[in-house]
Amino acid sequence: MKILVCISQTPDTTAKISFTADGTEFNSAGVQFIMNPYDEWYALVRACELKETLGGTVVALNVGPAANETTIRKALAIGADEAVRIDANPKSAAFTAKQIAEYARSENFDLIFFGKETIDYNGSEVGAMVAEYLGMPYISYASKFDLNGNVATVERDIEGGVEVVEVGLPLALSAAKGVAEQRIPNMRGIMMARTKPLKVLPPAAFDEPVKTIRFTLPPAKAGVKLVDPENMDELVRLLHEEAKVI
Amino acid sequence: MVLVYAESPNGQLKKSAFEAVTYGKKVAASLGVPCAAVVLGTNATNAGELGRYGADRVLNIGEAGLNQLDNQVATAVLAAAAEQLKATVLILSHSSTGKSVAGRLAVRLNAGLVSGVNSLPEVSGQELRVKKSVFSGKAVVEYAITSPVKILSLMGNAVRAENAGAPVSVESLSVAVPAGRIRVTSVKTIEGRVPLPEAEVVVSAGRGMKDPSNWGIVEELAETIGATTACSRPVADSHWRPHHEHVGQTGIAIRPNLYIAIGISGAIQHLAGVNNSKVIVVINKDAEAPFFKAADYGVVGDLFEVVPRLTEAFRRFKAAN
Ligand SMILES: Cc1cc2nc3c(=O)[nH]c(=O)nc-3n(C[C@H](O)[C@H](O)[C@H](O)COP(=O)(O)OP(=O)(O)OC[C@H]3O[C@@H](n4cnc5c(N)ncnc54)[C@H](O)[C@@H]3O)c2cc1C
Ligand SMILES: Nc1ncnc2c1ncn2[C@@H]1O[C@H](COP(=O)(O)O)[C@@H](O)[C@H]1O
Repeated sequence: MKILVCISQTPDTTAKISFTADGTEFNSAGVQFIMNPYDEWYALVRACELKETLGGTVVALNVGPAANETTIRKALAIGADEAVRIDANPKSAAFTAKQIAEYARSENFDLIFFGKETIDYNGSEVGAMVAEYLGMPYISYASKFDLNGNVATVERDIEGGVEVVEVGLPLALSAAKGVAEQRIPNMRGIMMARTKPLKVLPPAAFDEPVKTIRFTLPPAKAGVKLVDPENMDELVRLLHEEAKVI
Repeated sequence: MVLVYAESPNGQLKKSAFEAVTYGKKVAASLGVPCAAVVLGTNATNAGELGRYGADRVLNIGEAGLNQLDNQVATAVLAAAAEQLKATVLILSHSSTGKSVAGRLAVRLNAGLVSGVNSLPEVSGQELRVKKSVFSGKAVVEYAITSPVKILSLMGNAVRAENAGAPVSVESLSVAVPAGRIRVTSVKTIEGRVPLPEAEVVVSAGRGMKDPSNWGIVEELAETIGATTACSRPVADSHWRPHHEHVGQTGIAIRPNLYIAIGISGAIQHLAGVNNSKVIVVINKDAEAPFFKAADYGVVGDLFEVVPRLTEAFRRFKAAN
């Protein structure tokens, strides 16, 4: 079983968000970065579990600058066997997807795992794009994943329920809560990660169809209006007359 | 032409499909072109209703192979439809289906995609400029889509479906349907309420509830106002509530018109999934709870007293209106 796990890095949710003076780029100075939780907790862990029971290799892939190597090493510490970094600073999901597809095209992976979305841009775009480049079936939002020989049974979250599907390998999928349980890397994993191979590849050329104009901060909330806990009729009146939501 | 993919699982047009058509019509108007909606499969008998929401034409690719959705197949037929109709803008819902199709379509059609938009784009020459909320609602980014074909996926509840026009007759569109590789073996739906991502009113509770046996007051409030119930992560993690109710950064992101948070502290990871709600009401006994900073209305008090009182007040309101 040859499995690719695409991992991204995102600012920690608690990070203070700011932008360069012209508003065109995210200001990463002083920001704590983490591995995107869906990639780490669910996609990577499920990929490692499959490898542990079926044998094979798990490759962790990141499209990003050298500074991302701490995150990549963490993926190796959790259980990936080798890593690839495509050396670029992606400006869009489309760019990232192109890079992943170019790399994966000749590697014959049986499974390509993504997280269901990145928690900074919430695009949910990359997985579907890569699947299309590679002509692979794609299952998004997998909350349960089992393999029986060459056939996968996947439960995927849909609005108001789950859909159970069957599909043969090779296959691309995005992982949501439920597909695995978070793993904390242990000391042995961390030590081993230092010597596992991390290959750096140059990016492929890509013409961006979407350009970032600027980032802005949303207008501040007006502030909370406190209502007397004894007087819930007043709250209902406000929701009806002022907020107009009921 | 603006082409809207209107989702109709089991032949039922989704609420998000009406929203997408309403939005598509407005985008089409700003470009001075017509708006068409496309419906896949053989069982969407009421597709003509989309005319009421602004579709100038409703097209049906009526092949049985499309009744169950394989995103690879849907991509092939939507791309073919877009090419036949010379569509320059495609609109999808940012739903479980839309998310699995939009990226594929972008690659297939060499199109720029902005997903999860929540407002109308601005036309600027050959470009579309469009904004979306990023970094858990802590920032807004504006993009320019420069490719000839452009794709937008619309966040649920971002626009209100406007039903002002008349139904149109459904035209059938002939497109080759490739064989799919994904087989849907079953669908398990959660009984009863509107699914969380589509819900307009959500009542959510956290660890302040103390024990799962106390949820009756939350259920009663939700029932009274037709709300869907949600919960914070520790509540789902300790199996007090089913995991599909978990909202936040690692659960579901929602944007209802009204979010009532009961006994939830308002940690940033929780807010990440809910702070796009139009109006937030927080009930918490601790006046210093961080959630009050993100709230529109706040009640500082014991939830075990406040929630039943609020339910009674809603009942009185409903009886009077
Ligand atoms: C990477 C990461 C991801 C996470 N993702 C999520 C996520 O997706 N969703 C999520 O919810 N959390 C998430 N969390 C957890 C989050 O940080 C908080 O721990 C969690 O949201 C707290 O849940 P709570 O508000 O229910 O509980 P608490 O923080 O324990 O708050 C309980 C609240 O109830 C109030 N209360 C107690 N008794 C009463 C009473 N009688 N009447 C009124 N009020 C009362 C208290 O004042 C308190 O404010 C994540 C954390 C991390 C690190
Ligand atoms: N820079 C990146 N490098 C590798 N994988 C990525 C990168 N960005 C996104 N991904 C993968 O694509 C998934 C979806 O990302 P997105 O489409 O941006 O929401 C993530 O959960 C990752 O698995």
